[in-house]
Amino acid sequence: MHAPHRSSYLNAEIGLRSWLLTTDHKRIALLYFAGITFFFAIGGLAATLIRLELITPQGDLGSPDFYNRLFTMHGVIMVWFFLIPSIPATMGNFVIPLMIGARDLAFPRLNLLSWYLYIAGGLITVAALLLGGIDTGWTFYEPYSTFYATGYIILAVFGIFVAGFSSILTGLNFIVTVHKLRAPGMTWYRLPVFVWSTYATSLILVLATPVLAMTLLMLLAERVLHVGIFSPQLGGDPLLFQHMFWFYSHPAVYIMILPSMGVISEVVPVFAGKRLFGYEFVVWCSIAIAAIGFLVWGHHMFVAGQALYASLAFSFLSYLVAVPSAIKVFNWTATLHEGWIRFDAPMLYAFGFIGLFTIGGLTGLFLAALPIDVHVTDTYFVVAHFHYIMVGGAVMGYFAGLHYWWPKITGRCYPEYWARFAAILAFFGFNLTFFPQFILGYLGMPRRYQSYPPEFQIWHVLSSAGASILAVGYALPLFYLFWSILKGARAPANPWNATGLEWSVSSPPPAENFAVTPAVVRPPYQYDQGKPCMQADHG
Amino acid sequence: MQGFPWWPATASDYASRIDFLFGALLVVALLTAGLVFFLLLYFANKYRHTSTADRSGTTRKTWRFEVSWTAATLLIFVALAVWSASFYLRLYNPPPDALQIFVVGKQWMWKAQHPGGQREINELHVPAGQDVRLVMASQDVIHSFFIPALRIKQDVVPGRYETMWFRADKPGRYHIFCAEYCGTDHAHMGGWLTVMEPRDYAGWLRGQGGQQTLAAQGEELFRRYGCSGCHEPGGTVRAPRLDGVFGSPVPLSDGSVVVADERYVRDSILDPKAQVAAGYQPVMPTFAGQVSEDDLAKLVAYIESIGPKQAGAR
Repeated sequence: MHAPHRSSYLNAEIGLRSWLLTTDHKRIALLYFAGITFFFAIGGLAATLIRLELITPQGDLGSPDFYNRLFTMHGVIMVWFFLIPSIPATMGNFVIPLMIGARDLAFPRLNLLSWYLYIAGGLITVAALLLGGIDTGWTFYEPYSTFYATGYIILAVFGIFVAGFSSILTGLNFIVTVHKLRAPGMTWYRLPVFVWSTYATSLILVLATPVLAMTLLMLLAERVLHVGIFSPQLGGDPLLFQHMFWFYSHPAVYIMILPSMGVISEVVPVFAGKRLFGYEFVVWCSIAIAAIGFLVWGHHMFVAGQALYASLAFSFLSYLVAVPSAIKVFNWTATLHEGWIRFDAPMLYAFGFIGLFTIGGLTGLFLAALPIDVHVTDTYFVVAHFHYIMVGGAVMGYFAGLHYWWPKITGRCYPEYWARFAAILAFFGFNLTFFPQFILGYLGMPRRYQSYPPEFQIWHVLSSAGASILAVGYALPLFYLFWSILKGARAPANPWNATGLEWSVSSPPPAENFAVTPAVVRPPYQYDQGKPCMQADHG
Repeated sequence: MQGFPWWPATASDYASRIDFLFGALLVVALLTAGLVFFLLLYFANKYRHTSTADRSGTTRKTWRFEVSWTAATLLIFVALAVWSASFYLRLYNPPPDALQIFVVGKQWMWKAQHPGGQREINELHVPAGQDVRLVMASQDVIHSFFIPALRIKQDVVPGRYETMWFRADKPGRYHIFCAEYCGTDHAHMGGWLTVMEPRDYAGWLRGQGGQQTLAAQGEELFRRYGCSGCHEPGGTVRAPRLDGVFGSPVPLSDGSVVVADERYVRDSILDPKAQVAAGYQPVMPTFAGQVSEDDLAKLVAYIESIGPKQAGAR
């Protein structure tokens, strides 16, 4: 490995100890990156086995119990140990202090503690899954989880409980940082949209995660001590569990997608060489999504036996929460108008995001329609819908951000053509994997089935074929990004002609971020005929 | 492999109407996605970095666009919400004279009991053109009774009755699935709905052998469990008489009034102290854990048979 030619956060200190005890937000971001990549690989391995199993109608890759453990593992790992921390904990950690002109997050040691909690929770959960797994599904529905499920449920639930504290502390850290550590001149309306999105996400993390923690504690109390809360056998109410679970888990969907929307709001104006269309609207849509997102949890329960009037209200509110998302899509599209558009890898991922998120959002309208939901809920239609949002949306956004900030993070350029190829491959692989699942769902194929009637097979075969392409699309960056660290060309401070403060410091940034606190003089994304006007005049 | 199936079987008029709603939503979705994708590609090409397209209009006011597309989106979404909800209300209004079948879900099978006492497992035979109402209970975890050809499903939550109604019009055999994950053999918890011409259905009922009706079996249980000791004239304890009760409003000791439907009767057997009829002492012991879901269905059918009219509950 070449020695970097000058001092940066990467070589300010050396040795394993300097990494594991670091309080530098940039190094903690890399620690998260390592953890998240590890858990993504485990979750992806489970997904691979699921798609292999489903190529044939009969169950042939292990027992039904093995399959049930596979999809539980896939869901638990991907939701809590990849999607929820993914963008905020890696890119948020890295760029938010840089974007607002701060030295670090408000509580650097708390930040390190968050990472340890995340890793501890993750390892506890993975241990539970390796010791024999759990067969509850990631939703832990009651009374199944108390009396009927087998395996290391207590351990797995405890792991998720621990990781929840990591979420809460990270959210708290971001909120305080954005309030207190903005550089002079960095007013709220001069904040890059990524900061706003992460701020909105942090509000949800802080307000919703405690409800998950309480719910999981109650589940443990019932399973271990037989305190009757959710199980009718003990005088409890199974629907109470669903209400509490979705009160967290629906907002959690916005924890996953809002940061991605933030990334896209950065990438689109930069690669269009033009200011973001309707900045204030995009910003307030993030806050609206975070707020209304708390009022739609009941749309997971339209056939669960919830009251008629509750369902009517939740359906209406679900349509309402879709409005700000639609507005964002329109604004991104309008930003392209009269731009100077370049098609580098981050922009290709952003295009992929907008396309897939649009499909995911529009199919959400089908699910919000009560009688359609009655037919397609708990089928592959729902599976396809939320993968379009969480994989097509959130993961595409993750890769867009990763490619966008990679030169800043590592100080190296990756091979552009390989990156574009991977973006296009992932887009087509994704559609081939998940579009057939919409059709399967409307045909009536229920989810969480190891075996299925033979007439559904062709769509499953197409889906599995797509998954193999998608897997290559996701694996490629691992290789060329690693290659770039060793052999990639040195990245300049501002390779994309962006305007944010993070691009006014060198790549990789110095340990202290800014030698002098920058003075912010204008809003983000200001361009003059496609030429960037930096937010701070010096840096 | 059996080719590319594009559309599920359609066995009822309601299913056709859901397909119509789905088709309408599909048109809205395709138009919206088409517009967005067209503009994305059009702008991406016209304003690519190297093009010399005119870019002189960039300083226009943007709020007009924002207000227009926000208002348009909101209007369309509200219209969709209201329109689709109107279909849904129908599911909550079962016709009063529907044929009533008790269904019990358990790991991993569906059991059905017909009014005539016929029983089946993982099969459900119903007459075409007649309203059918399923009263469903679960013996263990949450299951979900799903018939794709009718476009309906309902979760069956343990501890309470859930109901669902339909009228199948087209004779044939259609999938029944369990749609709520319920453990090891979830994928095998299913069977077939057989919709038969009424004449064939009558023949099928006869062919199931001569047994007592569900209500008659319930009456037997009513004596065996000792219910009749208190709830019939000459009982040792003063307890409410049950004939004529089903389907009518019952004043409770806390001042509220409930309609005596299947759920009320079931709850009164398993948790009698929760809803005590006004003017009576809460002396009835609970039968929770003593009466199986199958027997509960029979008892409910008996109470229903001595009521004045069918209940119109949910």
